[in-house]
Amino acid sequence: MDLSTRYLGLELKNPLVPSASPLSKNMDSLKRLAEAGAGAIVMHSLFEEQINATSMELDHFLSHGTESFGEALSYFPDMDEFEVGPDSYLEHIAEAKNSISIPVIGSLNGISNGGWINYAKLIEEAGADALELNIYYIPTDPDQTSAEVEANYLEVIKSVCETVNIPVAVKFGASFSSIPNMAKRMTQQGAKGLVMFNRFYQPDFDIRAMEVVPHLILSNSSELRLPLRWTAILYKKIAADIAITTGIHNGTDVVKGILAGANITMVASELLLNGIDRIPEILSELQRWMEDYEYVSVNQMRGSMSHIHTAEPAAFERANYMKVLQSLKQDPTGKLWW
Amino acid sequence: MKRVIRTMDGNEAAAHVAFKTNEVIAIYPITPASPMGEWTDAWAVKKKKNLWGDVPKIIEMQSEGGAAGTVHGSLQSGSLTTTFTASQGLLLMLPNMYKIAGELTPTVFHIAARSLATQALSIFGDHSDVMAVRSAGWGMLFANNVQEVMDFSLISQAATLSSRIPFLHIFDGFRTSHEIAKIEVLSDSVIKKMINPEMVKAHRDRGMNPNKPFIRGTAQNPDVFFQARETTNSFYNDAPLKVDSLMQEFEKLTGRSYHLFDYAGAPDAERVIIIMGSGADTVSQTVEYLSKQGEKVGVLKVRLFRPFSVKYMIESLPETVRSIAVLDRTKEPGALGEPLYQDVITALIEDQTSETPKFDRIPIITGGRYGLSSKEFTPAMVKSVFEELETDTPKNHFTIGINDDVTNTSLDFDPEFDIETKDTTRAVFWGLGSDGTVGANKNSIKIIGEETELNAQGYFVYDSKKSGARTISHLRFGKGEVKRPYLIRNANFVGVHQFGFLQRYDTLEMAADRATVLLNSPFPADQVWKKLPKKVQQQIHEKNLKLFVIDGYEVAKKAGLGIRINTVMQTCFFAISGVLPKRQAIDKIKEYIEKTYGKRGKTIVSMNFHAVDMSLENLYEVNIPDEAKSRITTGTKFSKESPEFVQKVIAEIINGQGDNLPVSALPCDGTYPTGTTKWEKRDIAMDIPVWNPDICIQCGKCVVACPHSVIRAKVVEPAALETAPNEFKHTKARFKEFKEQEYTLQVSVDDCTGCSICVEVCPVKDKSNVSRKALNMEPKLPVQKNERENWDFFIDLPSAKVKDHPEIEFNKIKETQLLDPYFEFSGACAGCGETPYLSLLTRLFGDRMIVANATGCSSIYGGNLPTTPWCTDKEGKGPAWNNSLFEDNAEFGLGMRLAVDKKRETAHNLLKQMRGKEIPESLAEDLIHADQSTEQGIQEQQKRVDELLKRLSGKATAPSRRLEEFADALVRKSVWIIGGDGWAYDIGFGGLDHVLASGENVNVLVMDTEVYSNTGGQASKATGLGAIAKFAAGGKPTPKKDLGSIMMNYGYVYVAQVAMGANENQVIKAFKEAESYEGPSIIIAYSHCIAHGIDMSKGMDQQKLATDSGYWPIYRYDPRIRKENKNPLQLDSKPPKLPLADYIYNEQRYKLLTQTNPGKSRQYLEEAQNWVTAHWKGLEELAEEPEAPSTETE
Repeated sequence: MDLSTRYLGLELKNPLVPSASPLSKNMDSLKRLAEAGAGAIVMHSLFEEQINATSMELDHFLSHGTESFGEALSYFPDMDEFEVGPDSYLEHIAEAKNSISIPVIGSLNGISNGGWINYAKLIEEAGADALELNIYYIPTDPDQTSAEVEANYLEVIKSVCETVNIPVAVKFGASFSSIPNMAKRMTQQGAKGLVMFNRFYQPDFDIRAMEVVPHLILSNSSELRLPLRWTAILYKKIAADIAITTGIHNGTDVVKGILAGANITMVASELLLNGIDRIPEILSELQRWMEDYEYVSVNQMRGSMSHIHTAEPAAFERANYMKVLQSLKQDPTGKLWW
Repeated sequence: MKRVIRTMDGNEAAAHVAFKTNEVIAIYPITPASPMGEWTDAWAVKKKKNLWGDVPKIIEMQSEGGAAGTVHGSLQSGSLTTTFTASQGLLLMLPNMYKIAGELTPTVFHIAARSLATQALSIFGDHSDVMAVRSAGWGMLFANNVQEVMDFSLISQAATLSSRIPFLHIFDGFRTSHEIAKIEVLSDSVIKKMINPEMVKAHRDRGMNPNKPFIRGTAQNPDVFFQARETTNSFYNDAPLKVDSLMQEFEKLTGRSYHLFDYAGAPDAERVIIIMGSGADTVSQTVEYLSKQGEKVGVLKVRLFRPFSVKYMIESLPETVRSIAVLDRTKEPGALGEPLYQDVITALIEDQTSETPKFDRIPIITGGRYGLSSKEFTPAMVKSVFEELETDTPKNHFTIGINDDVTNTSLDFDPEFDIETKDTTRAVFWGLGSDGTVGANKNSIKIIGEETELNAQGYFVYDSKKSGARTISHLRFGKGEVKRPYLIRNANFVGVHQFGFLQRYDTLEMAADRATVLLNSPFPADQVWKKLPKKVQQQIHEKNLKLFVIDGYEVAKKAGLGIRINTVMQTCFFAISGVLPKRQAIDKIKEYIEKTYGKRGKTIVSMNFHAVDMSLENLYEVNIPDEAKSRITTGTKFSKESPEFVQKVIAEIINGQGDNLPVSALPCDGTYPTGTTKWEKRDIAMDIPVWNPDICIQCGKCVVACPHSVIRAKVVEPAALETAPNEFKHTKARFKEFKEQEYTLQVSVDDCTGCSICVEVCPVKDKSNVSRKALNMEPKLPVQKNERENWDFFIDLPSAKVKDHPEIEFNKIKETQLLDPYFEFSGACAGCGETPYLSLLTRLFGDRMIVANATGCSSIYGGNLPTTPWCTDKEGKGPAWNNSLFEDNAEFGLGMRLAVDKKRETAHNLLKQMRGKEIPESLAEDLIHADQSTEQGIQEQQKRVDELLKRLSGKATAPSRRLEEFADALVRKSVWIIGGDGWAYDIGFGGLDHVLASGENVNVLVMDTEVYSNTGGQASKATGLGAIAKFAAGGKPTPKKDLGSIMMNYGYVYVAQVAMGANENQVIKAFKEAESYEGPSIIIAYSHCIAHGIDMSKGMDQQKLATDSGYWPIYRYDPRIRKENKNPLQLDSKPPKLPLADYIYNEQRYKLLTQTNPGKSRQYLEEAQNWVTAHWKGLEELAEEPEAPSTETE
């Protein structure tokens, strides 16, 4: 049985790829991911803010209070080298490349078209096989139009793709009016892959401290539905590989993703919740399903239930919505049933 | 070999050679020598090698005494060893120095010579320290400028090895140690050629070795000691010749010529000044100038002061000399004259009485003092001395540079006399410490000094305040001589980087005719003229000045640089000064931005590049109108209510006129009035806290946390507010004790530093907009006028006093906020973590406190002129404050306690003697046995003492007169010993330990910043494991010393560890318990600090994190509780609930290590976390233990 797949021009032994998460920060867990059978690894993200903020912070604190008072002209020893921004990240990629044999995909997260984009090149030079560009933008200005936001995305993608020679995949959110058109334009700027979707982690309110607090909730399988639909719709309609990155928790999810048309399926929450050993288990589940349904390869599976191949294209469209609503019933107690 | 030319200061020059030529270096921080230790530590961490390919071992010691002992031991064991120090630090080395010299041990101590603390401490330069140790038998070689520092570091090292006499290599503190100059760096090959390997081997062979044992350090008796002491004579006799020949050898290698005594001037000079140190360069340059005008004058620069060679000195003087002035940069009260003067006289007399005297008749010799504590020494003063020598009876024992109107020692001089040449660019920059002016100027010196043929020099005058600090940079560039060790008087470029300075200081006084002025102005070129003070307009007209403006803050802000206008102003300087072609200058600025900021990341580099480009676009020349009609005046105004001394003396110092104050204006014994900060009104904040009474819960957190005591709260009768200004805010008091009264919270906007710590600690959020609090930072200007009026009204409202409210315990901040502090408006860093403790402490005990304050931050913001923060109440009572030294503070405070107790004992004896006679039995009994454990009890005792004094008044008997003198001692005094961790953990630990062990009733407050904050953040034993600090550039490898546990071991010492940000009320509890305990107490207070690399406005949050992570558990150990059969240790914080990383990685001192050595930082984090866990467990076990038998001595 052939589990291999191609993603961004890379040969992967199977379609299960740990997505950017804290698991890739540590070399030990990174090696364990590879040993567990991952097809490739997306490294944790290097953030634009991180790059800039580290520099700004270092500059501020090395300058703050200096050259003011004759007895204390500085407060820290003179040091030649600081690992600011990407230094340790780049070393980590280089070390990963030396330590594991599966493809290593760097991850860069940002939104402005600034100096941080240069770090894409450095990630390439550090040995990454490909780059995942994660664009995460929350518009808050009512005067900023959708067109402006989209143009900003495309500009960043173009800049990054022009900066590197390795293939670039774009990870983006599902909040576009026309995802197919946006996906198409992203590929036109040079994206070789689309990673669907970025989860916009929603902040929570601490009503004791009266503060807005970051709150991370791990995904579950039900969240697969959204990327599944768009994967199915985009399959073969755009000139890019597709990775599904939300809601992959078991072999069934992987199967669904590939049937929809994904080149790879990415997993993170499941591994964080239940451990790296879930990789071989999920792969076994995939294999078992393929045996049961007599598929010989992942390539054979890919896209067989996509929008263009499914017997019921309407299921992905508005008709599905109507169908769902009509299937809803209420019992005498008021409880809802499908 | 290619000559390496670099710009550096004297400290770096000395450290360069010291590092290359030594194997062990023992260091300890002291201004202005600390940077030498810092350089060597940083180089060692970077694995830089010495001459023999090894990285020298750098060890920080607990004191200069400790450093000297370590040096002595290392030398005795055969290693090449050195140290660096100054001032009292050198005196602490003196006992070892005698030993080292007595044993003929080669070493060099590099000294940035500094004033000794006498009537006051001074960090500045003179020779009083090195002159105080001249009897120890060390060679003393004086370098006069930065190049000579590098050269003499090597010559002294070679000389000590060659002669076996230990050497002090001396240069002037600040003037030379901190002056940046363009010099040639000595290469390894030159250094190697000067260091004779045979001599090094000989030194090693004399080292202790069990394979060839000997005994050194014997005790000797009257029979042989004297003779043995004379055995070293020949070494001293031979040394001058050896040094001279080494100087000749050095000249062959470098081309730079030095002699034991260097004469310069007319070969037939009749008048000669003999001098050593940086002042010698000033004399030399003036001599050159005067000689060209035909004056027969000369200078003899003394290089080798010890061993003093009569022969070389006499040979160096021209035969034509008729009169000599010997200038000493020190003072020996009561001596016949200062040391160099006395030696010169002796030398001349010895020569004159020899068989072959040089002179027909002995020249007239006078001695004079100059330049104490870095007092300016200028060519004008030199000229005056020469003129005095021309008179028939020149004044002897004179002073120059001051106006001594008491004993009339001073010589007059013409301050306008100037010898500087036209080929030099002289630029003066007025800036704030926070705006980066000095850093930019240091960069400019590097650009010009290292990238062009021009010579360059920079010297920087700093403020005595740590917040809102002013800096003045003096830069010289040119093809000719720029090595001038005095400040610029006629600048052809003046940069005023703060618009407000125009009103406050006479910034253009030093502008030369037709000079260029660059002004950082919020007003555009076409509007700025009418915003200038009249005096400035007049100066621009009279001197034909060219004026350029740029809105530096706006450009910096747009470039993302915030308030750092350094790059903006530097670019403008190069664009208009003409010191370099503009294009070349801009390219170089960018190159140096890359060099300076590159290691901080590309973001910073690109922001600075952007700032350079924008600066050029926003720089405009101002068309100068013909009329000067401004009504804006200059100078700092002082309230007419301020005392005469403040108006006549303090005001002059603040206005920069301190140099003009005559001797008669100053107290003769260092005694100054307290509470003078309130008159200064520094007006340095841009934004200030504004109170919203409607949502305030009156908790008092802001009042107690304010580091500068500018936020005050009062509760008053509504009637008291009838005459309040319209804008005065108040609200109904929410205190159960003050029903129907009004609460008011007021900010002194002119004293606020804008640190915003008050806003951060405010727990209230506006219900309809949670981003707003009960205090919010808002721009000052719109509210300043009203708030000034409000403050003036507020301060006259009645204040709460503990003694007036027996119903209130004042053990919570809610109540304590209502007490006035006796410590206000200090010049500490904005957001300081120490001063809130002092403010709180004085609220509780201020009117009866006696304070011994260790040298350090708290003695500087507490006692540095011009104004001091320890203050009085309306009755004139307040803390009596004193600073002795760094190392002796516990002992100093103990002495105060003993004196207070002794006086009380004397009063008791007199009462006993007089009771039933002059004094009623009952009054005497009550006075002797008064319960003064509460404020009310103390108040009752005060009333009794008042009655006693009334009864004694007019009585003529001796016991009555005596009791009158001692009566005040019957009222309980609160003796506090205050200092930082450098004192308590390190240099003063021995004394602290002894004082606490003594059982005497002293209270110790350690404000623990975990570094030597005042000298720039060197590691102490209080520094946490893994923190980067100076002297621990690789991260501190050992955990923090647990001072609290050490002191708890005594069993009878009250010990508390507190953190205001974690629990303010626990701090109050600890203060009150410690004070009421009739025995020794120590409180260790977490004090966040600028040296931690934190957002200072969040200092209190950081304190909380320290406690919540278990790093800084808060507790109280009260021996009294043992009497209740309970465990005396009470833990006031809960078990750690956060990982240590959550606390430490908010601080740059820890974070830096993750960026410089990630592997090490991970290891240290793990070790530190284990330490925290184990430490907490240990405390918990101790607190849970069943009570052990009492060890209290009764």
